[in-house]
Amino acid sequence: MLGDGILKGLVETARNFAGSYVSKERMTTVEYPEERLPLPEAARNFPFLVYDGDDWEKGLRCVACQICEKECPPKCIYIEKSKDKKPDYVGKPQIYPAKFDIDISVCMSCQICVEVCPFEAIKMDTEFELATDDRFGGLLLDRKQLSRSNEYYHQIHPTEASEVDARLAEEKAKVEAKAKAAAEAASAKAAAAPAAAPPATPAAKPPAPVEAKSAKAAEVAKAPAAATSPAAPKPLPGTGSDGTAPMSAEDKKAAETPAKPDEGEPKAKGEPKE
Amino acid sequence: MTDRLDQIFVLLKHWLLGYLPESWQTPVGVVISVVCIIGLYPALFAITTVLERKGVARIQNRLGPNRVGPYGILQPMADGIKSLTKEDIVPTSADAVVHFLAPVILVVTVFMGFAVLPMGRNMVLVDMDAGLLFYFAMGASTELSVFMAGWSSRNKYSLLGAMRAVAQMISYEVALLLSSVVIVMMTGSLSLVKIVEAQNHYSYGFPHWFIFTPWGLAAFIMYAVAGTAETNRSPFDLPEGESELVAGYHTEYSGFKFALFFLGEYVAMFSISALGSTLFLGGWMAPLSVLQVVPSWIWFFGKLFVSMCVFIWLRGTLPRLRQDQLMNFAWKFVLPMCLLNLFVAGLWRFMGDGWLRWLVCSAILILAYVSIGREGMRRQKFGPRSYRYAE
Repeated sequence: MLGDGILKGLVETARNFAGSYVSKERMTTVEYPEERLPLPEAARNFPFLVYDGDDWEKGLRCVACQICEKECPPKCIYIEKSKDKKPDYVGKPQIYPAKFDIDISVCMSCQICVEVCPFEAIKMDTEFELATDDRFGGLLLDRKQLSRSNEYYHQIHPTEASEVDARLAEEKAKVEAKAKAAAEAASAKAAAAPAAAPPATPAAKPPAPVEAKSAKAAEVAKAPAAATSPAAPKPLPGTGSDGTAPMSAEDKKAAETPAKPDEGEPKAKGEPKE
Repeated sequence: MTDRLDQIFVLLKHWLLGYLPESWQTPVGVVISVVCIIGLYPALFAITTVLERKGVARIQNRLGPNRVGPYGILQPMADGIKSLTKEDIVPTSADAVVHFLAPVILVVTVFMGFAVLPMGRNMVLVDMDAGLLFYFAMGASTELSVFMAGWSSRNKYSLLGAMRAVAQMISYEVALLLSSVVIVMMTGSLSLVKIVEAQNHYSYGFPHWFIFTPWGLAAFIMYAVAGTAETNRSPFDLPEGESELVAGYHTEYSGFKFALFFLGEYVAMFSISALGSTLFLGGWMAPLSVLQVVPSWIWFFGKLFVSMCVFIWLRGTLPRLRQDQLMNFAWKFVLPMCLLNLFVAGLWRFMGDGWLRWLVCSAILILAYVSIGREGMRRQKFGPRSYRYAE
């Protein structure tokens, strides 16, 4: 009969009306500023710099290698290296970023900086409430604003952070073991020649490879060779040469860094020929 | 005591007028009543907007506005401030005078209808003999303002919206009038006060409202349908179909002029509901004789509130009609039913008391409802669409 559909519809809406007061599951609204849904673990927005310990400036993992700056597709990272050095998490002296700015108005959240960073120093944040009334200054974050503690990283990406921590601990253990072995070897040598201490300091880079090569020439030969070929001396080849053992990340890095200039050189050579 | 509470507004007005010289009393009395009406209905409009938004939200399992004030009840204040402070844009090619006059005329004519509506015992501004006629005359002139708005805007959406609105309002005004004529036939008066008085008796504690007769119920249903269409409410809100016409005839209105259109639409809803309850639901009368102790104006505004809720409920339920469905429904279903109802009312009048007239009148109406509903409203079968290209 005409109109029974209307009555059916009216009953349905009345049921919805009453039900919305009775059952909480019906209401899908999340009243955002007061309540919010938990972000998925893979959520990401803009990068931040990880630091260990309590002091953000001392614990910053970044060694200002500038890989992220070079890789960043929209070029939103700006890094200035420091003149002096400070010890990193394994205790090696490293240069650090005197200036590390990310313009989040340019950043496209591609995560490439995170993927290329060999030091696990830059990670993606989940913070999204970044609205500001200062269009330029407010969106240009300096290294202090960017730095977050490792605990914070654990909080926002627990699985990823523990993987990173495990990797770093493994590397540290490896380095310590190697250092111990080297120290033992050195002390054994020191009995003969008292020149064991210098290799540990980075100031004595040139003599270090000589010392290291004596132990395992075939392996390390590549790294110093690579380190010498690119004109720009990076901290990594340096660590490769003075650290007695190439670390896994540094290995990767050492493989990469020589590869790139190699690729670049033939091209540069090839072009004039053509 | 109950009498005094019932007449509290009337007594208050007389008490105020007592301080004035004799010759001033009539004009000042009229001004006081007019100011009350003009103040009251916009206030009700404000409450209804928030009620509607909350109600429709709950029907859709949402929360509705809840930011301004506790439970969002101050939302209309924020809306009012917003529309007052918004820039008032008049298109350069628009007819500025007509463009300005359209919302004013809408609000004025809509408020004029309240002049003849009794809002309680002895609470009517003008007890006009031709009250119903006056009301419909005023209701018809809202079409003028709608068309003025649409045409003066010089915008095709406005014009199309206005054309739709006028076509719809004229079609349904026929049904609105014909369904009310039945009441005039039975009471023999066009005065709305007399129409309420005609329903003002009880048997076994139940009232003799016109809705409790077969012809009254049929007329009430037709009136409700036509009234919804007349006020451009969902499901008959085609003139404002935003998916087709941006906003219909008030596309080119902004700021306070838009607010006036909004106000006019809601006050028209109040006035149609008030007339409906006056004609069919006994106006300010109590629904049971024992409830007569409650003041009459509470019953009037209670009925108004209930019909507002039904409007909101319908809006939350029904999808918008198509233009051809709208017209088919008006001319092929509502109009024949109204005409038949005139005949049934005459039959009722001359069949005398007894159960026979109940049976006959109900049978005729139900039969007509089913058959017209089935045959007249049958979905038309269209073949596959064929195209002819120009050669």
